[in-house]
Amino acid sequence: MSAPAVDCRGISVRFMSERRTVTALEDVSFSVEPGGFTSLLGPSGCGKSTLLRVVADLIAPSEGHISVLGTSPAEARRGRSLGFVFQDAALLPWRTALQNVELPLEVGGRRALPAGAATPKELLALVGLSGWENSYPHELSGGMRQRVSIARALLGGPRLLLMDEPFGALDEFTRDRLNAELRRIWAETGTTILFVTHSVYEAVFLADQVLVLAANPGRVAALQPIELPRNRELAVRDTAEFVAIAARLRAQLGSTH
Amino acid sequence: MNAAPDTVRFEARAAAVAAAEAAYRRGLARTRLKRRLLPALGIAALIGVWALLVYVLKVPTFVAPSPYLVATTLVAKFDVLMVNLLPTAIESISGFLLGNLAAIIIATVFVHSKSAEQAFFPVVVLINTIPVVAKAPILVLLLGNGMEPKIAIAALICFFPTLVNMVRGLESVNPQSLELMKVLSASNTEIFFKLRLLNAVPYLFSALKIAASTAVIGAIVGEWIGSTTGIGALIIQSTYNFDSAMLYATVIVGSVFSVLFFLAITLAERLAVRWQPAA
Ligand SMILES: Nc1ncnc2c1ncn2[C@@H]1O[C@H](COP(=O)(O)OP(=O)(O)O)[C@@H](O)[C@H]1O
Ligand SMILES: [Mg+2]
Repeated sequence: MSAPAVDCRGISVRFMSERRTVTALEDVSFSVEPGGFTSLLGPSGCGKSTLLRVVADLIAPSEGHISVLGTSPAEARRGRSLGFVFQDAALLPWRTALQNVELPLEVGGRRALPAGAATPKELLALVGLSGWENSYPHELSGGMRQRVSIARALLGGPRLLLMDEPFGALDEFTRDRLNAELRRIWAETGTTILFVTHSVYEAVFLADQVLVLAANPGRVAALQPIELPRNRELAVRDTAEFVAIAARLRAQLGSTH
Repeated sequence: MNAAPDTVRFEARAAAVAAAEAAYRRGLARTRLKRRLLPALGIAALIGVWALLVYVLKVPTFVAPSPYLVATTLVAKFDVLMVNLLPTAIESISGFLLGNLAAIIIATVFVHSKSAEQAFFPVVVLINTIPVVAKAPILVLLLGNGMEPKIAIAALICFFPTLVNMVRGLESVNPQSLELMKVLSASNTEIFFKLRLLNAVPYLFSALKIAASTAVIGAIVGEWIGSTTGIGALIIQSTYNFDSAMLYATVIVGSVFSVLFFLAITLAERLAVRWQPAA
């Protein structure tokens, strides 16, 4: 068996300020198999973003050990094995859609696109934005902006894609469509995905396992495998299995308060 | 197949859309015309009221001239006015360039070194609290009677707003964009040129637009103290000579220059910042 894509052992994160110390995460352990799709589900403030930032080497854990793709988070970051999709898309407003996707080729140590990797144009096509290459972010809708940011995160074929509530600010229709497309992109690229959300439906529909986090302090409440068919349509959300899993997760979320 | 009725309906709708578009464009053209016309009307009204007051109140010419007298002076003394505008223009543009360049460089230093900012920002604030009219004599004593003190005053007056805006522009980057750069392992230099500097451009331009008018004020105030040429000197001379028409003509030349300077910066902004929706 290959090494897990993410392996957290006893991770704690504390934020200290003059007035008080916030324990954002306490003794969090879990692991994600390569090629898997894991949702991080929990109420806001339970440390989901913090956990994702620990994996991306944006925050160093106060305690515990973490390995990412068989190495340290810093190594994985420097090797361009990580893609990150932020909640607000974080596009640079002075760059067109295409130029935003090309940004990773202009900064950082490893700039060249690996042989055979999808080009920025191809990635825009993959996320359904052919023809919008030369539009500026202010000319795009919220959903389209987030598609650009997904294309940017996919550049260079990252082995691990980290997504922090990427569809949280979108309307329901757009969110549904992007959920379905993200499943397709995941299947097409074969990348491992760690997806933060506070929507039970989104978590269940997307993932093959859901990590439920509880708040105060942030900790693992449950790890729920999702046994739904690999090829999912949005209609799967109306099936009895789906409803049962969602109900179980909601109970797990509820019992953590 | 009932293609024919569909085609008819389609054409009818296309015609309706075209009519709506035409109406919209007419409305747009009218708004644009109004936006040009109304300021002109306002200025015309001001001149009208001025002429009327001078005429009705029989204001003596040495107190305030009539608009007509000012206009004839503008034409008759055009050469003198332009000869005096030249040094003022050179001083204010040089001061503008120097002051803003210094502000941009120091803002860059501040963003890269918090210690430098904490040490020197209070000094900058302190210098900024000294009024221009107080700074001017000091600089004249230091730099003599040539163009240098005027350039220095113009530069100083531009410096502070640009520094403050530039620091804010460089620092107020979207935190998620900053995190993105870190995920991409970008160096500090790359973060500066690819993110901070471009983020600061709109902030810089709002400071430059202020600086364009204040630089001219700085140069004129500098010329009040010990100068024989320039718009500032001409203002002082015509006041002492009770030559009100010349005074008004000089002021108008100075402010027309100021406005042109401002418009040039606005144009540059429009060329440089193309990524924002038109306001
Ligand atoms: N940089 C920080 N400094 C101080 N406290 C923080 C910081 N980031 C997050 N926190 C705190 O840590 C907790 C978890 O935050 P976060 O990971 O953003 O939660 P979530 O993403 O689940 O909503 C919150 O109580 C938050 O206030
Ligand atoms: Mg969050």
